[in-house]
Amino acid sequence: MSQAEAVRRVNPLWTLGLFRSELLTTFRRWRTLALLGVLAAVPVLVGIAVRIETGNGSSAGGGGGGGGPAFISQITNNGLFLVFTALAATLPFFLPMAIGVVAGDAVAGEANAGTLRYLLVAPAGRSRLLLTKYATVMTFCLVATLVVAVSALVTGALLFPLGDLTTISGTRISFSEGLARALLIALVVAVSLIGVAALGLFVSTLTNSGIAAMATTVGLLITVQIVDQIPQLHALHPYLFSHYWLSFADLMREPVYWDDLTKNLGLQALYAAVFGSAAWARFTAKDITA
Amino acid sequence: MGEASASEPDGVRAGEGVITTRALTKRYRGGQLAVDGLHLTVPAGSVFGFLGPNGSGKTTTIRMLMGLIEPTSGTAHVLGRPMPRSARAVLPHVGALIEGPALYGFLSGRDNLLRYDAADPTADPRTRRARVAAALDRVGLTAAAGKKAKAYSLGMKQRLGLAAALLQPRRLLVLDEPTNGLDPQGMREIRTLVRELASDGTTVFLSSHLLDEIEQVCTHAAVMAQGRLITQGPVADLAAGARGRLVVTTPDPADAARVLKEQGVADVVVDGERVTGEVPERDLAEVNAALVTAGVRVRGFGAERASLEDAFVALTGEGFDVAG
Repeated sequence: MSQAEAVRRVNPLWTLGLFRSELLTTFRRWRTLALLGVLAAVPVLVGIAVRIETGNGSSAGGGGGGGGPAFISQITNNGLFLVFTALAATLPFFLPMAIGVVAGDAVAGEANAGTLRYLLVAPAGRSRLLLTKYATVMTFCLVATLVVAVSALVTGALLFPLGDLTTISGTRISFSEGLARALLIALVVAVSLIGVAALGLFVSTLTNSGIAAMATTVGLLITVQIVDQIPQLHALHPYLFSHYWLSFADLMREPVYWDDLTKNLGLQALYAAVFGSAAWARFTAKDITA
Repeated sequence: MGEASASEPDGVRAGEGVITTRALTKRYRGGQLAVDGLHLTVPAGSVFGFLGPNGSGKTTTIRMLMGLIEPTSGTAHVLGRPMPRSARAVLPHVGALIEGPALYGFLSGRDNLLRYDAADPTADPRTRRARVAAALDRVGLTAAAGKKAKAYSLGMKQRLGLAAALLQPRRLLVLDEPTNGLDPQGMREIRTLVRELASDGTTVFLSSHLLDEIEQVCTHAAVMAQGRLITQGPVADLAAGARGRLVVTTPDPADAARVLKEQGVADVVVDGERVTGEVPERDLAEVNAALVTAGVRVRGFGAERASLEDAFVALTGEGFDVAG
């Protein structure tokens, strides 16, 4: 071979290029857009339902907040509460299901389509590819949560009055501070989903079928939610990734009650570390036969 | 990480192949021995045909060479470096088409190539679009570049897969069944492309089940059966290993067969107006004279050169049946 051939250097920004390509590929999938569409529709439906329900002047939720997601009784006074209600309504199932689908498909879907082998001989590098996939799923967590929040904010602004709001503790905060809290809550909700994302990605490295990985992840999600409801299994509860999910409401207290929030963040970090390492161990040693 | 390990692989030392395997073995978890002690040497600059029935271990070998599968034992060197350990340094110089093309159906042909190029750490993003356009042009897909890949025919997908292998100048091309799904015109284009690339000094490692295709383009070949390497060497030597046959074309096949047997020709077979047999030791002119003397009307007479297919059947004894 001729020595005149230029030495190929690794482009230092290459990993960013791969990440960008991964994002583009994920967000151009029809499935991803459909999931985001469903997530955007939930706050609109909740908003319209509350609007119709309270059209005759009565307040929603039976006056005492007995049923329905958190904050629903306050929406009629302040549209901003629709953001909190929508996040509380989608967090138990819609959001993690969407994450489970995207994370489960991340590696297994590519293996199924055969594109994984071409990425690896390009060569993307197994660790980098997995890391890129991880980052992309995290980005999807954030985007999915923001889609819910923004859709809720727009719907709330259109259907209900906006203004100063009352925290759970009874103190009043200005609308702009309420908006800042809403953003903070959206971020906390996005971070709450990291556990499912890590679990889904790990499951995704175990199989060559995208559908199987998605179904397994969503199945695990439902199982965990059920186990979390069984009092006899309370010893397990603090280790379930969904156990502290609704702690985000504590951000609406004055002062903020941090206990469960920190437990939640710690638990998500633990899941990310454990299942991230497991996914890495599995993916870097796997024979790619698909 | 990566900068140092991603530098140019060492030049291939004299006497060593672009691909060299030593006792390369793969046993799958089920206990199935897919590749058994393979010693393969692919000379630099060759067009190397890799032959074998389905299930003979060709694909497993190719996947081990590309670092997708870890060998159970033995070593594989590609461009003078061990695989899969040096995958990051070696693979940017290798273009590959493995077990058919795989594409993102919801992306256009062009976007598929942009994606694969983004996965190559040595690819320059500034020249990406130009290189993608050049690769599309090289396989004749420029007009269909904007179409979604799911709307492509099998032949177009195959071309796009080839284009992905040609995104950068390569030192080695590994092409697994590259003409699969192509029409005769497309097959000829691919063969021309392979010859062009080879004349630029690229080593081409080509697996195919079309023996005449291997015979037309390849300088060297190897034959595998049931996980073992049966033979390897220059194509001309392989074909010469199988004996040719004497062919007589005549309207009097029965008489011809009788005379040929009298002349000491073994294994005489009559097929319509064609009578064939093993080439005898004696001068063929005498055999022909004997036929004419016996009143056999001879239309054609000659020794037919053995094809690679004959050599293949002689070696594997089975033709292209799936190995059990």
